[in-house]
Amino acid sequence: MARDSGPPTPEQRARRVLGLLVLACLTVMTLDAKAGADSPLDPVRSAVGGVFGPAETATAAAFGPFTDLGDALRTNHGLRRDIARLEADNARLRGQVSTLPVDRQRLAELDGLTRTVADTGYSMVAARVVAMGPLQSFSRTVTIDAGTSSGVRKDMTVLNSDGLVGRVVRATRTTATVLLIVDTDSVVGGRLGTNLEIGFLRGRGTADNTGRLALDLVDNSVMPSKDDVVVTWGSPDGVPYVAGIPIGRVESVVSSPRQSSRLAVIKPFVDFTSLDVVGVVVPKGTQGDRPVLTAGAPQ
Amino acid sequence: MTAVRGAALAGLVCVAVLAQVVVLRYVAIDGVVPDLALVLVVVAAIDRGPQFAAVLGFGAGLLLDLAPPADHVAGRWALALVVVGYLAGRVRQDARSSLLTAVLVVGAGSFVGTSIYAFSGVLLDDAALPVEQMLRIIVTGVLWDLLLAPLLVPVLLWLLGLLGPPRARLPHEQVRVLH
Repeated sequence: MARDSGPPTPEQRARRVLGLLVLACLTVMTLDAKAGADSPLDPVRSAVGGVFGPAETATAAAFGPFTDLGDALRTNHGLRRDIARLEADNARLRGQVSTLPVDRQRLAELDGLTRTVADTGYSMVAARVVAMGPLQSFSRTVTIDAGTSSGVRKDMTVLNSDGLVGRVVRATRTTATVLLIVDTDSVVGGRLGTNLEIGFLRGRGTADNTGRLALDLVDNSVMPSKDDVVVTWGSPDGVPYVAGIPIGRVESVVSSPRQSSRLAVIKPFVDFTSLDVVGVVVPKGTQGDRPVLTAGAPQ
Repeated sequence: MTAVRGAALAGLVCVAVLAQVVVLRYVAIDGVVPDLALVLVVVAAIDRGPQFAAVLGFGAGLLLDLAPPADHVAGRWALALVVVGYLAGRVRQDARSSLLTAVLVVGAGSFVGTSIYAFSGVLLDDAALPVEQMLRIIVTGVLWDLLLAPLLVPVLLWLLGLLGPPRARLPHEQVRVLH
């Protein structure tokens, strides 16, 4: 092997580095995948989350004025029509105090959340979605700007004024990661609104706007009817899902004679592409650095 | 590489990952956003070669794996970006001379990277979707990256040039995409 005795060429060095790094990646993956629930990488995750979560919150706040334009990508034609309409409106609205539509929308969402609190009786902490995992990771997760300092913990229910959003899978001091119910890893116990039959809702993943859930009923003889509402069935102590939160509506029922079971496709109430204000269900009497919305008692 | 340059590079990686999860979600097409971190790794490969890009890819990938809201097995994006960085670095001599080639390398890198990520998910049985959905996501991602690459490549090359070591360039290396 006299050929190898000299100093390595850049190409050989690069190949060695590649080998080392691939080994490192495989080690990390093995450590994380095999350990199951308590992965040795969890402390690293929460450390990175502790630094990166606030950075995400700060970035979201810094880009607020730009991103709040919301419909930034509209067609030219639509914009022209909008300009004409807005010019007509402008004269009429001059002198009136105008509120930013986004603020109004947020207020409406918060209002809806307060109404949900009143309807369900659960205590909630309001939070905003600051980051969304890219779908290229094939999972549906978002970061919210409330963490353990506000009383948010792992396995808490997250919802908004429309219905169930997901559950908290990880929380740092100031942020938390939420697994959306449309993720393929998500399983929610659900109950049909009309006949109280129970079943399990699984996320089907979403490659398009039409994120759907699949409902497997425990009792195969029951035929779910179209447009029937599905609500959460609830778990002991509300972990990870509290009971009675609307999830979605039965869109269609597919029965396969071979498996003698029926699969109902559920269209969720929540629009997961435009998530903003969400509520995290916290135990009553939670103390934190942000107000807890509670039914009945005035703040 | 001095400590300052290293810190600046780490900052660049952080900014890319932050922008990808926070800012770009507003332009997401059905949840698919441009892979800013991946484009950065490919451009680094074009500018500096396979060894540098593989290391940068490892760092950027690990950050994507660990920073919230990631919820998959850690190391998957790291593996994908290491391989992408290395492969892109191997073809870089062609990609340095023309923007078009650089853009094509970005597109190929995006396809290879997301595919490796998808494949590792299937192997580990972690966050895997049906194949046709994954393919659709991968293709959308590649199109996004191809769309943004003509803008991103010159900017990132310039940034990396600022952060780069002052070195004597060989005559044939004088032709850069941006100069």
